[in-house]
Amino acid sequence: HLATSLPLPSERDHLRPRIDLIAFMIDIKSKYSLKNVEASLAYVDASFFLGKVCFLVTGVGRVNYCSVEMNAIWKLGEVYRSPVLFCELELEGVRVATAQRLLRMLQICAGHVPGVSALSFGSLMRNSADD
Amino acid sequence: PQQTAFLLRKQWTLYSVTPLYRFSGARLRDYGRLLGAFIAAEKQKGLAGGGGVELDIKVAVSSLPDLRGSDQDQAAVLVQLSSRSSASRKNSEEKLLWSGWFCCVSGDDLSERVPEDFTCLPLFLANGADSYTSIVGSWFQKTFDCCFRRLAISPLNLSWMAAMWTGCKVDKTASALELVFSVPSLPQPLDILYAIHPEDAKDLWDTVQKTPGEITQEEVDVFMDCLYSHFHRHFKIRLSATKLVKVSTAIASAHCDGFIKFLQSQYLTGVLMLLTELAISQIQ
Repeated sequence: HLATSLPLPSERDHLRPRIDLIAFMIDIKSKYSLKNVEASLAYVDASFFLGKVCFLVTGVGRVNYCSVEMNAIWKLGEVYRSPVLFCELELEGVRVATAQRLLRMLQICAGHVPGVSALSFGSLMRNSADD
Repeated sequence: PQQTAFLLRKQWTLYSVTPLYRFSGARLRDYGRLLGAFIAAEKQKGLAGGGGVELDIKVAVSSLPDLRGSDQDQAAVLVQLSSRSSASRKNSEEKLLWSGWFCCVSGDDLSERVPEDFTCLPLFLANGADSYTSIVGSWFQKTFDCCFRRLAISPLNLSWMAAMWTGCKVDKTASALELVFSVPSLPQPLDILYAIHPEDAKDLWDTVQKTPGEITQEEVDVFMDCLYSHFHRHFKIRLSATKLVKVSTAIASAHCDGFIKFLQSQYLTGVLMLLTELAISQIQ
């Protein structure tokens, strides 16, 4: 499901399936996208931040179009204890690889991978990022 | 200030240059001769944008000792190409065809990390025909084993410049703070020019900046956000979703494709320090 901001419209609440993973997309070329994500985060229930949220930063291929400061993004990842992934949507290889990563994360968050919970996976990703 | 007045009010194209190998500030005249010979040879080969009149190109390489941050910086080097119409040797009217200068202002970050034989002049500015820029560039690249790359300025850095330069005191009536935004992904490209009265801009910046002489990313963000929300209130357009491409103040004017215009000699070194920093980060 794709949405431009949160909260999701309440009219369709009863029709919506369970949400297992929220990927917030930040376009490094648009300061507005960062502000939008920051505002939307307020509408997310705290339980999601136990491994069911990630930040996907796009547009990282062109450093000279950068309108968002990297520190602000790292801080976001730290404050919400969620992994930050980078990708360049315009490159097919990277796009496919990122999609595969997200899919894998989704499988874990939905409980389809025995022995690995969203929380344990989340802390695994965080620890390797700190290294 | 007198010496550098000719650098003002011209549009300069920006390049980053990797350290030059075995460059000597004492051999500038020799370099001028060698470069002149190279250009003449290239012209023979038909590569120097020929055209009708046979142009005799004179090369002058000199030093601009005042353009540096500290004594550790290498003094700026100026290269000028002038023409003398060989037909009328008698009146020999020299016309300045092209200028380019290398400089390094507070480039300690780079110069401290570079081996003995290398000279750090990471910023190069050119004004004149591209064909001359590429000939001069290739001579330097061949002779000193360095590499030139166009220096682009990101919207993030442009907003720093907008905030920094707005805070600078100017004597005469300052010109407006002008910001140009380009709106992406539209069938026809749209450019938005946002002009702010210089006193309003300075007042805003003064309320945002906490410590004079120091600027933080947070302060720049607040400054820009105020300008963006003011615009949104009136025009319902979110400038934060567009790309900032040009910043113009009374101090200088900068474009994201790597163009700069210096407007005040008082702040020339300050702007060069910022550009040197950008050039160094592009090299690394």
